[in-house]
This record gives sequence, C-alpha cells and structure tokens, in this order.
Amino acid sequence: MQFGILVNEGPYTHQASDTAYLFARTAIEKGHKVPRVFFYHDGVNNSTRLATPPQDDRNVSARWSKLAADHGVDLVVCVAAAQRRGISDDILAPGYRISGLGQLVEMGIQYDRLVTFGD
Amino acid sequence: MSDMDEMDDGSGIIKKFMFLNRKAPHGTVYALEGLEVVLITAAFDQDVSLVFTDDGVFQLMKGIDTKGIEVKDFSKTYRALEGYDIEKLYVDQASMDARGLTEDDLIVDVTVLSVDEMANLMAEQDVVISF
Amino acid sequence: MLHIVNKSAAERSSLESCLRMATKGSAVLLIEDAVYAATNGNAAAAKIQAAAADLKIYALGPDLAARGMAGRVLDGVNVVDYGGFVDLVAEHSNCQSWL
Repeated sequence: MQFGILVNEGPYTHQASDTAYLFARTAIEKGHKVPRVFFYHDGVNNSTRLATPPQDDRNVSARWSKLAADHGVDLVVCVAAAQRRGISDDILAPGYRISGLGQLVEMGIQYDRLVTFGD
Repeated sequence: MSDMDEMDDGSGIIKKFMFLNRKAPHGTVYALEGLEVVLITAAFDQDVSLVFTDDGVFQLMKGIDTKGIEVKDFSKTYRALEGYDIEKLYVDQASMDARGLTEDDLIVDVTVLSVDEMANLMAEQDVVISF
Repeated sequence: MLHIVNKSAAERSSLESCLRMATKGSAVLLIEDAVYAATNGNAAAAKIQAAAADLKIYALGPDLAARGMAGRVLDGVNVVDYGGFVDLVAEHSNCQSWL
C-alpha cells in the first residue's frame, strides 16, 4: 500500500515530526511504500540543514534525509509556507526539495492513504 | 495562483476530499494556510467538501476587521470559493449553537448539518485533511 | 474510519469532538499526549470507557511507555506499537487526524 504523509509542525517543539518519521519508517519496514512526505505550516522547518542538535539527541532533519536516501522518499517542502518562514533552496538538507501545494493534493489523489501529523 | 495551470495530475481519478476547519482565524495560521490548500485542490477537479466545526465556524464571521492587528483579512476569500467551483460548504449545528451563532452571522451561504449528518459525510470521504 | 487523536483531553477538545463524530464501529487511536485519556483514574477515562461500547479504542504503546503510563491502561483499550498503527491505517479506508 502507498502512504502519503503530511507533517504540519517543526522539529523538537512538537512530537508530530517524530511520530510521522516512526510511522513512515515502520510502514516501509512492513513492506509498504511511502513515496512522499509533504511538509506544511511550520513543518517546513524540518528541512533545514543548519540545525545542530546535541550529540545525544536525535537529528530530526537528518533522519528524514537518511530515510529519503535509503528508500527513495520524496521530501517536499511547501514553497509558500517556506517563503514565509525563511526556508530556501540554499539551506535545505539532502533529500528535500521545495515545490507547490499541488504535490500535497497529488498525494491525496494518487496514494491509498494520506496521514496527517500535527499539533 | 501562478502554479495552478500545472495542476492536472493526469490520472483522471476523482476523489472525495474533505477539508475540516476546526480552528479560529488569526490566533494560529492554520485557517489561512488551510484555505490555500483548498484553492489549489479546486484546480485538480476533485470532489471537495469544506467543513467548519468547533472554533472553525468563527472563520466565517461577518464583519471581520483585521486592520488593528495588522494581518491579512482572508475572510473575503470564502465568498470567492464559488468561482473556484467549491460549492459544498458545511457547518456543524452543535458548534454554531455552542458559540451563539446562526447562519445570519456568516459571510457565506452554508449547509447546516446535524452531528449524525456530519459524521456520515466524513465517513464517506476518501481523504480528510484537518486544519 | 480511523480517527487519530494526539492531544491531552485536559488541554484540548479534540477527543470530545472526535468521539462526537465517530460513527459506530469506527476506530479511535490515541497517540502522543492523548494516551493519558486511556489510563486509570484520568478524568477522561469515563468518556473512553463509554465510547468503547460502540468504538474500538487503541492507544500507542511507545507513547504510553514514554510517559510512565504503560501499567495504567484502561481495560478495553487495545495497546498497539507503530506496526499496529500502520496496520490500523491500512485496514481502514480513510483516516482523520483531530489536530
């Protein structure tokens, strides 16, 4: 089955991105596909490569990048939400790309399920 | 709306999308950015229902004036939705009652649904996105 | 339909809104801070137990454990791991996150 995932909050302040990541990783481990994760609202803040969390904490941005590299997950950051919050191409972590809201709607149309994680 | 022309995904699939608005405007960004998703979805020719429950009904208030808080007044956009072929607007009767509101207080024409009607409408959707 | 709730019932009305709209036979999964509602002695426990007559109630085990609540789960609430979460989404034709 194909799952689309919508992440509406940034890292660390809310658990949303962690829960979404663990859901996505587990779905893939169980043989499902997660072709795309869409980051909206403050969720766009997950995409920066400038975050440097302490060594003993998880790196939320980087583990999404690794999931993308290992399993071909398309990490899409909403352009309008990103522009509002100062997220641009030059600070994106690996595996993320900035695109339009149409990419979110496409997940709803094309995939079997769309699961939202937020505040 | 510069990116609206590219919005045909080519699959020919039409799904039932419900956008469920449960939050008041201005206190958080969800109402405004939620509306932006609704407008984009309209360009994909999907079966869209726009629903307002809980504090989400406050988004539709007449007489909104945001000059004093220096943010964009997007409430007029709800009146433009018809032009995007988004004609299914629903509000929850109980949410209106709990806030002392009637249809006359709202900026657009809506269909008022009972809890059971709303629950059934939600259950029959393919995709529910809640803001 | 699968309903997902993530906020404490003491902080938000999302659990109440969810239970109001969930049709008979549908499933409710409590995650993150919503799991407290599914524990013994919580003020929201009576609501969960009443709802369990018509709905299937699940709580995410890792979130219970992370909050020291693993040993306090109400009878009638099914504890699932992330794999169970994925299964619930797959088994139901649609889902709604009550944010």
